[in-house]
Amino acid sequence: MRKNNSEVSVQKQDTLLMFPYVMWIVLFVLAPIFLLVYQSLLNVDGAFTFENILRYFTSVTYLSMTFQSFLYAGLITLVTLIISYPAAYILTKTEHKELWRMLLILPTWINILLKAYAFIGILSQSGIVNRFLDFIGIGRQQILFTNFSFLLVASYIELPFMMMPIMNAISEIDPSLIQASHDLGANTWATIRKVILPLSMNGVRSGVQAVFIPSLSLFMLTRLIGGNRVITLGTAIEQHFLVTQNWGMGSTIGIILIVLMFIVIKLTSNKKARRGVSND
Amino acid sequence: MTNSLKWSKLYLFFVFVLLYLPILYLVYFSFNEGGTMNEFTSFTLEHYSNVLQDQRLIQIVIHTLLVALISSTVATIIGTLGAIGIHFVKSSQLKEALLNANNILLVSPDVIIGSSFLLLFTLVGYQLGYMSVILSHIAFSIPIVVLMVLPNLEELNQSMIKAAEDLGANRWQVLSQVILPNITAGIFSGFFMAFTYSLDDFAVTFFVTGNGFTTLSVEIYSRARQGISLEINALSTLLFIASLLLVFGYYYISQYSRQMHKKKKAVTGK
Amino acid sequence: MKKVVQLILVILALILLLLGMDRYMTQSSSHSAEGTLTIYNWGDYIDPSLITAFEKETGLQVIYETFDSNEAMYTKVQQGGTAYDIVIPSEYMIERMIDEDLLYKLDDSKIEGMDHLIEDFRELPFDPGNQYSVPYFWGTLGIIYNDKMIAPDEITSWEDLWKPEYQNNLLLIDGAREIVGLTLQNLGYSLNSKNPTELKEAKDKMSTLAPNVKAIVADEIKMYMIQEEAPIAVTFSGEAADMMTENEHLHYVLPKEGSNLWFDNMVIPKNAQNLEGAYAFISFMLRPENATLNAEYIGYSSPNQTAIEHYLDKEIVNDEQFYPPLDNIKNLEVYENLGQEFIEVYNDLFLEFKMN
Repeated sequence: MRKNNSEVSVQKQDTLLMFPYVMWIVLFVLAPIFLLVYQSLLNVDGAFTFENILRYFTSVTYLSMTFQSFLYAGLITLVTLIISYPAAYILTKTEHKELWRMLLILPTWINILLKAYAFIGILSQSGIVNRFLDFIGIGRQQILFTNFSFLLVASYIELPFMMMPIMNAISEIDPSLIQASHDLGANTWATIRKVILPLSMNGVRSGVQAVFIPSLSLFMLTRLIGGNRVITLGTAIEQHFLVTQNWGMGSTIGIILIVLMFIVIKLTSNKKARRGVSND
Repeated sequence: MTNSLKWSKLYLFFVFVLLYLPILYLVYFSFNEGGTMNEFTSFTLEHYSNVLQDQRLIQIVIHTLLVALISSTVATIIGTLGAIGIHFVKSSQLKEALLNANNILLVSPDVIIGSSFLLLFTLVGYQLGYMSVILSHIAFSIPIVVLMVLPNLEELNQSMIKAAEDLGANRWQVLSQVILPNITAGIFSGFFMAFTYSLDDFAVTFFVTGNGFTTLSVEIYSRARQGISLEINALSTLLFIASLLLVFGYYYISQYSRQMHKKKKAVTGK
Repeated sequence: MKKVVQLILVILALILLLLGMDRYMTQSSSHSAEGTLTIYNWGDYIDPSLITAFEKETGLQVIYETFDSNEAMYTKVQQGGTAYDIVIPSEYMIERMIDEDLLYKLDDSKIEGMDHLIEDFRELPFDPGNQYSVPYFWGTLGIIYNDKMIAPDEITSWEDLWKPEYQNNLLLIDGAREIVGLTLQNLGYSLNSKNPTELKEAKDKMSTLAPNVKAIVADEIKMYMIQEEAPIAVTFSGEAADMMTENEHLHYVLPKEGSNLWFDNMVIPKNAQNLEGAYAFISFMLRPENATLNAEYIGYSSPNQTAIEHYLDKEIVNDEQFYPPLDNIKNLEVYENLGQEFIEVYNDLFLEFKMN
């Protein structure tokens, strides 16, 4: 398989097709990163310094923020994955797959701030959830400003980004493989575990990246729904760019975030390679 | 089997209720006579008539949709070609480097992207306005397209490409006849994700826009200090209904044409 | 492949349709304008009918752009991608922009109606003599409470926020200057303090406030209070006025230790394109009738003395929580630009407060 792949690539590597993409990387990824690194080495007076990076690594506040960012991004990813996988699986079995796919994406077209405001209305002390809890005798609960509500709303926002790639991956699976599994006497669960799950791993990885990476720098929901009880690196970066206007420190945290993300991806893609081999 | 089918239907129902609940909430209060999303006092269409009279707001909506459509289309094209390119890169180190570069914009908070793009545009002396907004939206949408298309490419059967080449297909034919048809699901997802990113973006647009050009997100966020009026709810409802109609319309047309296609095939087959 | 082509066709059709609509609307709205005036303001922070009236009167076409924070606005103006003719920032940002030479020095002879303004507002430290800016709205920082949960007169001062019975009851505004400032004022210091011992004291005092804090939020504080999510909040007077019209159980208190006096003023940036138009706009907004319309639409306190005396609703104007008597203005302090070093000190204090 692998040999084949490289053989094809020699012929197929068409630089012309990739040209716009490479241009994009140079202009809109490398150039901004260069600016970012440059800024992170400047203090507020514009002099060259390493103080920003030192400040990050010596501050308990920043380190604990980093920890919180990863913790919550991980939790959000986990929650969306657990909800998405079964839903995506069931959706691929339905008749109007295409329609469902679009209905999945439709809610994301409404402005996030408005949806967050709607959640405030739904989860507040006088909101419908609490009215219901009151009605069934549990009594009103403080839902907003809790880690639970933050996780709930963040997962809500990220859900379609997890579900789409998984759905694609499952629907690409050759039906004959599933049929073969059944014919060999495997029940539905065994088929899911032994055939569908491994074959949809690419989609899962894609979904995990599409959710985990942006979740690291969430900031608005932490304030709106979480009441600033959860503080992530996104909040800190926002603060440094917009409130203290210390772009140097903001850039430094940004770079650290990017480096940490590389490490996480490296770790997960190693796993993938191993799994890929065992599947072949 | 029927039992598990029932459960799975219930589960799906639950997921979609969750997805649409906040939106129904917004829609419900767009008819509220009282000014807030708290207590429903009585029914009114006042907010809707306000929207229709607000020329500036309507123009902002048009600009927002134009930016989203153009940027997500271009981003999908560049991103899909990029993903195909990455997939066929032979050096695993180069591949990894490209993938890492791809993800940088995904992890960067919007303020960082926005401010560095602003610096970039001012450095080269590029006029801020609709073009700088579209360029920026294309830029931050490309990585999500690549992420959505790549898994489909990895599932692609290599022997099929090989076979096509053995049959004398040129590069364009391989691309259009073999590769693209097999990754349409990924391309569609990528396009819709890019569209979503574009519609939702506030911070990047804010920094790179200028000369009177505004998008709906920027307008909504900057209204937050004064409190967002139900006019915005009414507007969102209208847009939501329009996109629902579009989705259903598009779906039924494509279903219909597929059926026609099948029939035709059946006829000619005989 | 066929589906992709289909989608592209649909998109192209939509783009053409939208372009056509845009074209049509631009043509119908630019009724032979004699020029444009670009205004940069907070969203929904002007009565739209005033813009229409101004356009009719001057023949200028108004382009209205919006921002959501002073700092974001500053970045845009400083980078200079767009030439704004009128900008409406808050006082501490105006001071900074004056220092950095971003603002045009106003020519008083070209502005009509400066004499309508409240006398006391003409000599404020951030812009003495209104050389660069003209007041647009003003207000204070205070405490809003819900009388269903809190008895009247239970809260009269910043100190009351520290009462142990309010555990987990407070919503605070997400601003370092505001929270550190009110703590400093509570301790009897200036809210512009740069004295390390005073700031240390404030830090310790703030950490004892933490148990009472339910959440630290921003603009959404308005929604939370109207929905009665919390009994007490620290917020700006203008926001408070909005909340009170939506929920009659809410009341605003101006703390007796003193408060912050804030301003949003009209300024002309250095790179403005239409100076004449900008002056015309400032004069237009200074007219008492227009100031009244705007104050009624926005609900904030107007700086226009003539409007206050002759046009605005007496019930509103006589409310001392929103139009406090200005003879003890010493109690009301205006933010000064702290300079980069102390902006960071304040923010670090606040960040540590948020983290615990």
